[in-house]
Amino acid sequence: MFSFEQDPGANFGELLKRVGLSPFGDPIPANEILVPHATTCVALRCANGVVMAGDRRATSGNLISHREMEKVVQADQFSGVAIAGAAGPAMEMVKLFQLQIEHYEKVEGQSLSLEGKANQLSMFVRSNLPAAMQGFMVVPIFAGYDTLLNHGRLWNYDATGGRYEEHDFVATGSGMLHAGTVLRMGWKRDMTVDDGVVLTARALWEASVADSATGGPDALRGIYPVIASITSDGFARVDDARLKNTYDEIAKGVGQQ
Amino acid sequence: MSMPFYVAPEQMMKDRADYARKGIARGRALIALQYIDGIALIAENPSNTLRKISEIYDRIAFAGVGKYNEFDQLRVAGVRAADLKGYQFSRLDVDARGLANQYAQILGQTFTHEMKPLEVEILVAEVGLTQEQDQLFHIMYDGTVIDEHQFTVLGGDMEAIRTRLVERFVPQASLQNAVKFAHQALSLNDQQIESSELEVAVLVRNNSRRCFSRLSEATIIQYLA
Repeated sequence: MFSFEQDPGANFGELLKRVGLSPFGDPIPANEILVPHATTCVALRCANGVVMAGDRRATSGNLISHREMEKVVQADQFSGVAIAGAAGPAMEMVKLFQLQIEHYEKVEGQSLSLEGKANQLSMFVRSNLPAAMQGFMVVPIFAGYDTLLNHGRLWNYDATGGRYEEHDFVATGSGMLHAGTVLRMGWKRDMTVDDGVVLTARALWEASVADSATGGPDALRGIYPVIASITSDGFARVDDARLKNTYDEIAKGVGQQ
Repeated sequence: MSMPFYVAPEQMMKDRADYARKGIARGRALIALQYIDGIALIAENPSNTLRKISEIYDRIAFAGVGKYNEFDQLRVAGVRAADLKGYQFSRLDVDARGLANQYAQILGQTFTHEMKPLEVEILVAEVGLTQEQDQLFHIMYDGTVIDEHQFTVLGGDMEAIRTRLVERFVPQASLQNAVKFAHQALSLNDQQIESSELEVAVLVRNNSRRCFSRLSEATIIQYLA
C-alpha cells in the first residue's frame, strides 16, 4: 500500500510510474529506426451514435509489414479508439488506455464520463511527445456514445495531445485527405448507422486507391477493414460477411467494363 | 524510571484477536454461494453507494465485512495488484489464489506487528470454467486463509447463518433461488431483511471477459417476490 502522498488514486499510468513500469518518458535515441506504421482511420457521427473504421495495413517504409492489424479497438462498453501512427507505441497506448478506463471504474466504483476518457487519452498522446519527435508519432481518434447526453461524440487529436471535438466526421493517418473528402461529400446530418457503415467503407476504399500505405479490402484473403458502430446498445463490430457485400456493391459501382 | 508491564505473547495475541472479532461481529453478514451459472455474493448493506462487494478482475470478485475504510483499502490494493500483474504478464496470469496470499500477508503482518489489527474479514472469489473450478478464499483478520467450498459466510452471527444456509443450499440452484436462500439465511430471528438493504452481485460463468455484475434493486425485488 502507498503512503498518502504517494497514493496514485485511480490513475493507472501514475501507478505504473510508482512501480517503475511506465512505458512512457524515455526518449528513443535512434532517429532512423524503421518501425511499422498504421494508417487511415475515420469516424463519423450518425443519428443514434457513431461509426468508426480503420484499414488493416501496417507498413515499414515501402514494405507491407502486416495485413491484418486492427486499428479500431473497443475501449469500453460505450467507446472506441482508432489509431494511426507508429504501430508499437500506438498499440501500447491503446492497451494502457483500456486498462486505465477499467482500473478507474474498479477503483472508483463508477465509469469515467466520455469527456473524461477523451481527456485521459489526450494526456497519453502528450506523454508520447518525446517519442513523436523521434518519428514515433501516434494520432488517435476517440469516439463513443455519451450516456449522459444520449448522443455520439467524436474527438480528434494532434501529436502534442491537443484534443478537438468534432461534430460531424473525422479522418486521421496517411490517407486522411482522401478519406476525409469522401466523408465530406457523403456525410448527412442524422444519417443512419447502416449508411454510416457504407460511407466509411467507401472512404477507406478511396484512401486505399490513392494512398499506398492504406490497405483496401482483400477479397483474396478475406480481410476487410474493421468497422464498428457505437450506439446506446454499446460497441458492435460489423461482421466480415456484411462488409464483403458492402465492398462487392462498391466494386460493382466503380468497376471497369 | 517506570518499567513497562510484561504481557505474555499469548495474552497479547488473544487480546488482539478478541478486539478484531468484536469489531467484525458488530457488522452485518455476507454470503457467497455457488449457483448453476456462477457465484452469487449477497450482503446485508443498508448503504446504496458504499459497497461491500466489488470487482477485482475479469473473473475475480472481492467482498469484505467489518470496518469499511479498512476493507476498502484492501480492495483497492487488490485491484492494483491484479491490474499490474495483468499488464505486466497476461490477463490469464491473474488468479484468486495469488491475491488471497497477498491479502493474507498484509493482514498477518498487520495483526502481529501493528498496534491494532484490521477489523475485517474478506473474501476473494473466482469463477472457474466449470463449477468444480470455482474458488472461494475466506481470509480472516489475522491472515488465516480458508479455502472454502460451495459457500461461505462472513461477519455477523456467522455460525447461525451458516446453519440456516446449509439447510437450503444446493449447488444447482438458479440465481433467483440462490438469492432467496441467502436472503432467508441472513434474515435471523425471522425478521425479513428489506430488499433495499441487500447488495447482490454475481460472477457469471459465461464467455464475456468481465464476469462481474451487480443486480439492480428492481431485479432483487423481483427475485424475492
